[in-house]
Amino acid sequence: MARTPILGRGLLTGMAVTFSTMMKTIFLPSKHLKTVNYPKVKEEPVARARGVIALDQEACTVCMLCARNCPDWCIYIEGHKEEKQPDKPGGRVKVRAELDRFDIDYALCMYCGICVEVCPFDALFWSPEYEYSEAHMGKMMHDMDRLQDWLEAVPDAPALES
Amino acid sequence: MSGLLDNFWVLLAGKVLIIATLIPVAGMVIGFAEMKLSAKMQNRVGPYFAGGRWGWAQLIADGEKFFQKEDIIPEEADAPVFKLAPMLVFVGTVALFVVIPFGPGLSIRNLDVGIFYALAVSSISTIGVLVAGWSSANKYSLMGGLRAAGQLIAYELPLVLATVGVVVMAGTMSLEGIVQAQAGWFGELGWTAGFPFIIPQFVGFVIFMTAALAELSRIPFDMPIAESELVMGYVTEYTGFRFLFFFLAEFANMFTMGALAATMFLGGYWVPGLSADVLRVAGPIILSVKIFALVFLMIWFRWTFPRFREDQLQSLAWKWLIPLSLVNIVATGIVKVVF
Repeated sequence: MARTPILGRGLLTGMAVTFSTMMKTIFLPSKHLKTVNYPKVKEEPVARARGVIALDQEACTVCMLCARNCPDWCIYIEGHKEEKQPDKPGGRVKVRAELDRFDIDYALCMYCGICVEVCPFDALFWSPEYEYSEAHMGKMMHDMDRLQDWLEAVPDAPALES
Repeated sequence: MSGLLDNFWVLLAGKVLIIATLIPVAGMVIGFAEMKLSAKMQNRVGPYFAGGRWGWAQLIADGEKFFQKEDIIPEEADAPVFKLAPMLVFVGTVALFVVIPFGPGLSIRNLDVGIFYALAVSSISTIGVLVAGWSSANKYSLMGGLRAAGQLIAYELPLVLATVGVVVMAGTMSLEGIVQAQAGWFGELGWTAGFPFIIPQFVGFVIFMTAALAELSRIPFDMPIAESELVMGYVTEYTGFRFLFFFLAEFANMFTMGALAATMFLGGYWVPGLSADVLRVAGPIILSVKIFALVFLMIWFRWTFPRFREDQLQSLAWKWLIPLSLVNIVATGIVKVVF
């Protein structure tokens, strides 16, 4: 059904909408407020939210692929090699890379997620944590222990298709 | 005490002091109301933390921030004119308060040509805007200033013509006299209306409010400072304290335009049934309530309507508002003569 054109009808409709929204927000804030009073009330991010990059230290092999593929060069990795003596005599000496330093400078990071994609050992994950800002830019470099902490919030990978 | 109050200079200093505190306070209250109400109209909370409760100190904190900022004058700018512009914008606002009556006999000076003076003085801020745009040496500022000039010239006419109806009804240009005419205290002239002029002059009221919004360059008519096109129009180059002046002048101007409209159309300090003695005390409060009702209307418009295009803006003024106000004057004259 076509509306009959009345002068000023659209204006009045618009004003009614804003007024009713205002009244609802004032008198029933719990129901109609679309925002959250952040530091007092915290919003639960969705499980797969891309808040921050977490690191699984056990899985990392210090292959440096993430650091080399990072467009901002904001990942700093240092490691050393450890020799593991063979269990049985005559066995081969195994060499294993140990992680000494894995820092991500979040002042530089642009959250492209290339490091997560490129990691061949599933050591990097997107974590939904988001409270890691600092008052000073230089303190935005977060070390591997901090990155390990964020791993807890990472949801398990979905089951593989059979 | 009364001897001290009779001294012209003491009285003058007192009046200046009252106005000098009233205008920034009113501007801040309106600015805060705008922040809070706009938030509510968009399902938001608005300012919340400054000052502890409801964020009441938000604008004070904002002002403090502006004081700390660097005062930049562009190299190419015409420095003295650039500095003069914010003051010019504010002068119109402050000078308008001379004639607003806050109660019976409670105006700074009851000029016989009150409305004439008020409209003349309020257009000084137009010059301030144009000067600000011109002296900034910035293309956005210049465009904003020119748009403001075009808009304010277009809307000055309906603003003035809308008041003519009220003047015809009241038979006087003094704002005090207009309030008395609405109150029906005009016994010796044979006029006993006793109703606010919004009833017979509703068309005039609508035209006046529309034109006032355009004069304030608030949102349905904010072409001069259209953010998406002109950065911030004539205020683009202003920083710190000078920017604060423009910011506060907008809200203070809302207050003065509201005061003019309330005085001319809503009966000013008068409400039916109260005697002059009571009004002498209650008048300022009644007037403020009426002003804030009109200010709420302006805020409500701002957060509802989108911006006009430049040609729509001009055609609204020249094709609709001015002919309508001319018809309104003729109709008012005929009714006044017949009855």
